[in-house]
Amino acid sequence: MIGILSYPFMQRALLAALLTGLLAPAIGGYIVQRRLSLLGDGLGHVAIAGVGLALLTRQAPVPVAVVVCVAGAVLVEVLRQRGKATGDVGLAILFYGGLAAGVLMSAFAGGGTGALSQYLFGSLTSVTSGDLVLIGILAVVVLVPTIGLAPQLFAVSADEDFARVLGLPTRFYNIVVVVLAAITVTLSMRTVGLLLVSALMVVPVAAAQNLVPGFYAALGTAMGIGVLVSVGGAAGSFYLDAAPGALIVVFAIAVFAISWPISTLLARRRTTPVIITEPGDHADIPTPHVLTGTHPHHHGDPDCDHQAVIHQDHVDYVHDGHRHAVHRDHYDEH
Amino acid sequence: MELTSDPVLRADDVSVELGGLPILRGISLTVHSGETVALLGGNGSGKSTLVRTLLGLTPLRRGSIKLFGTDLADFKRWSRVGYVPQRSTINLTRAKVSEIVGSGRLGHRPPFLPPTRDDRQAAKEALEVVGLADRASAEMQHLSGGQQQRVLIARALATRPDLLVLDEPTAGVDLEHQQILADVLAELLRRGMAILVVLHEIGPLAPLVDRAIVLREGRVVHDGKLPRSAAELHDHHRTEHGGHEHETLDEPQRGSGPHVAGPLDLRSGAES
Repeated sequence: MIGILSYPFMQRALLAALLTGLLAPAIGGYIVQRRLSLLGDGLGHVAIAGVGLALLTRQAPVPVAVVVCVAGAVLVEVLRQRGKATGDVGLAILFYGGLAAGVLMSAFAGGGTGALSQYLFGSLTSVTSGDLVLIGILAVVVLVPTIGLAPQLFAVSADEDFARVLGLPTRFYNIVVVVLAAITVTLSMRTVGLLLVSALMVVPVAAAQNLVPGFYAALGTAMGIGVLVSVGGAAGSFYLDAAPGALIVVFAIAVFAISWPISTLLARRRTTPVIITEPGDHADIPTPHVLTGTHPHHHGDPDCDHQAVIHQDHVDYVHDGHRHAVHRDHYDEH
Repeated sequence: MELTSDPVLRADDVSVELGGLPILRGISLTVHSGETVALLGGNGSGKSTLVRTLLGLTPLRRGSIKLFGTDLADFKRWSRVGYVPQRSTINLTRAKVSEIVGSGRLGHRPPFLPPTRDDRQAAKEALEVVGLADRASAEMQHLSGGQQQRVLIARALATRPDLLVLDEPTAGVDLEHQQILADVLAELLRRGMAILVVLHEIGPLAPLVDRAIVLREGRVVHDGKLPRSAAELHDHHRTEHGGHEHETLDEPQRGSGPHVAGPLDLRSGAES
């Protein structure tokens, strides 16, 4: 591990991966909350047009791609707010148009699609010192509002109507979210790459939601997971001689896969007994005594996965949509 | 109950079109401080659209709306209004109750600054009013439908509003929890709040309602005391418009589909 740190290009790559891993899940938390999980993927396609334009005009790819991607993001959001992009067809045309334009411009520039592939799946050797400075500056530009405006962005992402009635400038905050997402997507193209960046925005958030309760706690945990898988993936790809993006995403999905059984365990432990109360208006009418049919299963055994609920002075077990209560040697329907 | 001369909410001749179709036609209504007004109507009568329009969420085609005497377009003091949207329309399953209620304070909080002591206090009080102070750190998804509804009410109360607008708070809430909701609203009324509540069926909220506004096909067909039964409203309707129109208006309620409780089926909640 110490060995790879002696290569300057790996130092830059790992630093870029760390920043990407921090940023992508942070903004991803709001994107997931808004149920726009695939927005990052679409913005990645728009950024490809920016890379193609940079190759064609012989400019540095990161700044050009940032400008193009931010412009595309604002366009998409304004169309959505005006209700013009009600169908997802408009978005699809914009996103795939971006991909096609990028490939075409790259071909005109003489590089073909090969020149693009390092931006599609990331490339450890391509992070220049200039890139790293720009990534560092833009990381601060993204992180300050992502964390500082967290309550506002959370409110707008979770319930836009309510946020508007609070008097919040929801249109502005919605544009802030997509612009931050666009910058993040573009910065990630050196590490995870434009085709896989969406996974780094969404998967750590999904894993964190399985592990910790609450929006802000999940956001912080997702950023931690993001840093872990990004740095791990970048380092691992050095030894495997593979594109870092693929390994980062595989690691992220592995963390998600592990979080799944953990969440079921946590959920079982967290379950508080539900208390059922009878509607009081028919208290004088005795509850009929209804026996269950043949019932080989013993409720309350360690292998019993029926939910236990507290019903008056005893415990019922929820069984296929009705409740069973122990009565001497049999079960009653309650 | 003393009503001040300036109503909390006043709508004049409000018309709204959605997708080129008229949804609301010439609606006028007022809500005074300390008053509970129920907005009733069947599916598609326009009651939710009306509430959204009154809060500026849906644009007006014609007419004017005044909140606390100020035209809606110029209204800035949004912290005087608490909005409880329909529970089914929002996506808050993973968030904690305290986070959700805390977001109700954002109208008071400048960006980039942490919540003040007053913000925390208001959120805590709001949870106490709805009886969920002990569930502050629970995740929304672990609460029952009725509890989730109370969390949304607490979120609206956190801003310390003078007008509370609730969109179908009893939808999908069992009768027992509807009664708890009614008790919460009674407490708010006691504190002098004005309440505008959209209801599909009246149920346990009936004793709280000072005035009922009944919508049908985007028009106000009744504004006054709570109608005691569906038949009473229909008679009222027949005398105004004649039996012919009454038949066509009732058409959606016929047919072989499952019975949907009408707005005026006072008993329907108790039977289910």
